[in-house]
Amino acid sequence: MITIDKDTCIGCEKCIPACPFGALEMVEGKAEVNQNCTFCGACVEICPVDAITKPKLHLESEDLSHFKGVGIFVEQKNGVIQPISYELVELGRRLAEQSGGEKLYAFVLGNSMKEELDNLKRYPVDEIIYVEHPELEKFNPDLYADVLAGCLKKYSLNIFLAGASTIGRSFIPKVAAKVGTGLTADCTDLEVEQEERHLIQTRPAFGGNLMAVIKTARHRPQMATVRHKVFPMAEPSQEKSAKIVPISFPLEKLHLKQKVLEVVEEVEGMIQIEEADIIVTGGRGIGKPENFEELEELARLLGGAVGATRATVDAEWIGYHHQVGQTGKTVTPKLYIAIGASGAVQHLAGMKTSKTIVAVNKDPDAPIFNVAHYAIVGDAMTFVREMVSQLKKSAE
Amino acid sequence: MKIIVLIKQVPESNEVQVDPETLTLKRDTVEGIINPFDMYAIEEALQIKEKNSEETTVSALSMGPPQAESALREALAMGVDEAWLVCDKKFAGSDTWATSYTLARAVEKIGDYDLIIAGKQAFDGDTAQVPPEMAEFISLPFCGFVQNIEQLKSTFMVVDRMTEEGFNRVELSLPAVISVVKDINVPRLPSLKGKIRARKATIKQLTAEDIEAEEENIGINGSPTQVVKVFTPEYSTDTEYLEGEAKEQVSTLISKLQEANIL
Amino acid sequence: MIMDYNLNEEQEEIVEIARRVAEERVKPVRAELDEKEEFPTEILNTLAQSDLMGIYIPEEYGGMGYGAFELALIMEELSRVCAGVAVSYAANALGAYPILLYASEEQKQKYLPPIASGEKLVAFGLTEPNAGSDVAALETTAYKDGDEYVLNGTKQWITNGGEADVYTVFAVTDKKKGARGISCFIVEKDTPGFTFGKKEKKLGIRCSATRELVFQDCRVPAENLIRRPGAGFLIAMKTFEKSRPCIGAQAVGIAQGALEEAVAFARERKQFGQEVINFQAIQVMIADMATEIEAARSLVLNAAKNVDANAKNGDISSSMAKSFASDVSMKVTVDAVQICGGSGYMRDYPVEKYMRDAKITQIYEGTNQIMRNIIALGLKKRLQS
Repeated sequence: MITIDKDTCIGCEKCIPACPFGALEMVEGKAEVNQNCTFCGACVEICPVDAITKPKLHLESEDLSHFKGVGIFVEQKNGVIQPISYELVELGRRLAEQSGGEKLYAFVLGNSMKEELDNLKRYPVDEIIYVEHPELEKFNPDLYADVLAGCLKKYSLNIFLAGASTIGRSFIPKVAAKVGTGLTADCTDLEVEQEERHLIQTRPAFGGNLMAVIKTARHRPQMATVRHKVFPMAEPSQEKSAKIVPISFPLEKLHLKQKVLEVVEEVEGMIQIEEADIIVTGGRGIGKPENFEELEELARLLGGAVGATRATVDAEWIGYHHQVGQTGKTVTPKLYIAIGASGAVQHLAGMKTSKTIVAVNKDPDAPIFNVAHYAIVGDAMTFVREMVSQLKKSAE
Repeated sequence: MKIIVLIKQVPESNEVQVDPETLTLKRDTVEGIINPFDMYAIEEALQIKEKNSEETTVSALSMGPPQAESALREALAMGVDEAWLVCDKKFAGSDTWATSYTLARAVEKIGDYDLIIAGKQAFDGDTAQVPPEMAEFISLPFCGFVQNIEQLKSTFMVVDRMTEEGFNRVELSLPAVISVVKDINVPRLPSLKGKIRARKATIKQLTAEDIEAEEENIGINGSPTQVVKVFTPEYSTDTEYLEGEAKEQVSTLISKLQEANIL
Repeated sequence: MIMDYNLNEEQEEIVEIARRVAEERVKPVRAELDEKEEFPTEILNTLAQSDLMGIYIPEEYGGMGYGAFELALIMEELSRVCAGVAVSYAANALGAYPILLYASEEQKQKYLPPIASGEKLVAFGLTEPNAGSDVAALETTAYKDGDEYVLNGTKQWITNGGEADVYTVFAVTDKKKGARGISCFIVEKDTPGFTFGKKEKKLGIRCSATRELVFQDCRVPAENLIRRPGAGFLIAMKTFEKSRPCIGAQAVGIAQGALEEAVAFARERKQFGQEVINFQAIQVMIADMATEIEAARSLVLNAAKNVDANAKNGDISSSMAKSFASDVSMKVTVDAVQICGGSGYMRDYPVEKYMRDAKITQIYEGTNQIMRNIIALGLKKRLQS
């Protein structure tokens, strides 16, 4: 933990609220640290008498120079490579370059994916490591973790990336534990530090109110996951032709404790709002659940999807799959229109990195306006109806 | 059947703001609450206990400082049978790896478990990494995003794992670790009898020594990832307020969006 | 609450649980329940699971062993969010008190445990079309036939009517004796000859179920008579003594909720370049409202304490608490709507509901005019110069 020199401490209590993790408390007039401390150092800077020090960590670094290359996990569903994978290609390629021109490896687990791989070859990947087996067709967290960890142990990579999808979040942590390395989830920024090729990982905490910068000092590969639509996609090129390296895995030897019985896709026209370029979100300010129908019409006219705040989902005005926010989905569409949403911190956490934000609320002090690019102070449904009417007119 | 529920005490709101005068972090020093997602885990465990024909005990386990006891008492008030707190200054600086290792050792110390249930993610860190990593340390199968427990027998269970398009029905052999999502149930409120019981109950304490944790695997030394620094993000948005009546506001908006090639 | 009422730890816990139920389970649905006039079954189940249904029932019958004071605490918290839900809860206590106070051991063992657990809901069946304030004018009759009593008559405006499983019903067993000829019976739902009339449409507390009870040659076992024939009037009066502080608490809760809405509104609403809460006219109103609420609360909680301690003059203090608090509630809620201006009048805003709900507190469980009677008569008898 960080150390506090009790003799120097003057009991001014300035450090207490400065700790995001609640690790500091006053005991008999002096500051004390508890085990919530993450060594982030926020308190060190704040102390007016320099009573707080961050100790030098005993980190004997082995020589990590033989860990080379960037790997990415290519996610597939029903044999189709998911869009997040192409974002990882672009990100991986950039990091490989920053590392001094290292190779980019794409790891694919699946079955009968020849066509998809022929397509993937055109992307700026150096090698595609393909593990093919009928058992790998359907996602199974334990199986995928075993196989991917096995692959990673063969390749001494410096960096490994995966998508923070439900698939990624289900098994990548297991991989990290198996391999014995650090993993940072939902990174919003990744850079390679030239000298030692450390991966500088930036991610939001506290619903995005705080950004944390993280390093994996002594373990390899340095693993990170990223959310969909945070990083740009790679472009294919006919000149590219990555090498496909098939790997066989003795899956029969694996003693699996989990198996997939069935895959159910809900016919309801499941809107994956994370994929939408335009999202129209309704908050409690829309008045009543029936009004979501009008928002749906607006979304349709705009070619987008309908989102919802936690308040409306909790009130059962609309289903959970539409919920945007910290306990719902994180989205970064081109256009986000927040209608009748006050802008609770937890909601902002899920949408504030949208490219353009329009907010409609009758309360001029609603926090949503702090992140909005365009602000409309007015009645939610009046806006919706007017917008629908004008869009229809211009379409004619 | 023995169920262990992993819970974490988190700050009530994640209102971490920058004090505009001192330009430093300002956090609501409000008392912590049970991580909202963990409430669903507790409720699921209690529902299993109520429906199960064989005798079932539910234990809540948390890794945290002494204040975390209040979260454990809240769990007791809801109806869990016993509460454990793994607490030691040596755990400071733990990342998800070290936390998972520590919880794994604690779970082994409690012993005899059939099912471990966790909430999807924690309100403050929200990585969702601890349950699967912890499962790995004790070589248990893990299934995340569980939205429904379809079947629960003594040697296996069948659950529905939420996906972006629907769900997968999965069979897991027990013992196993699962993490549950919000949709799975409606957490009960604590009962009065529960609160009285919780106030009088003893929270079982475990130190690093009790759980036989190896020093190099816990705390800052056991954490592959370290926080180098924290900063508050700049979300400086130039907000343009559109004037006029609704009609005018909308037409201005549409033309601006068209100009910017968004529409 | 502005003042500290020195609640002990358990009372604080009771308040916290009641508040959480109110905020987390009632608030999201109160407008809908009111609009649809839908009985809050789920919420009553939640209250049961939280061990609040039997808060006033002794532990030996499965209750929590507290009293009218704790009932009042719970009533205020629930009423602060929805008076309709609160009365649906309180009516159980009203219906159960005759049993709790006067029933035989067998009757208590039979009926109190399922009431305490919330498994069975209760209703108090006294009021009739021709007997409201004038309790002695009851027309429902009960004559003995062998080992049964046969009930005939109609009860009107019974809270929880139709939803309850257990009814404490008052009927005339000896017309010649007037008030002393009234008896109290425990009648279970589905007893042949016992049916329900229409569900009433009310101004307020619309989610509360208010129905007629219709008795046509309804045969009830003689062992369901409470205490003895002719004890009915006393049973009713003593029951009201216990329950009136509850209604006072309901009134306080309604007023508190309305005040909070009004203050929140006044802090946001801007006119003439500033928030209307800055205007002295509004400030005077709010100050008076808050002061009156606090006075009512003090009176209600003290009356509840008196009643639990079986202090003398319990009848007077209960009546004072109920009439004062309900009058305050009506005034405060009208003012709250006023402060909210046009918005206050709109059904989209929650404040008008408080005004509609408050009115009944001046009427039921003894009109405020009868309350004054009781107080004055009590003073006449007992106040010495």
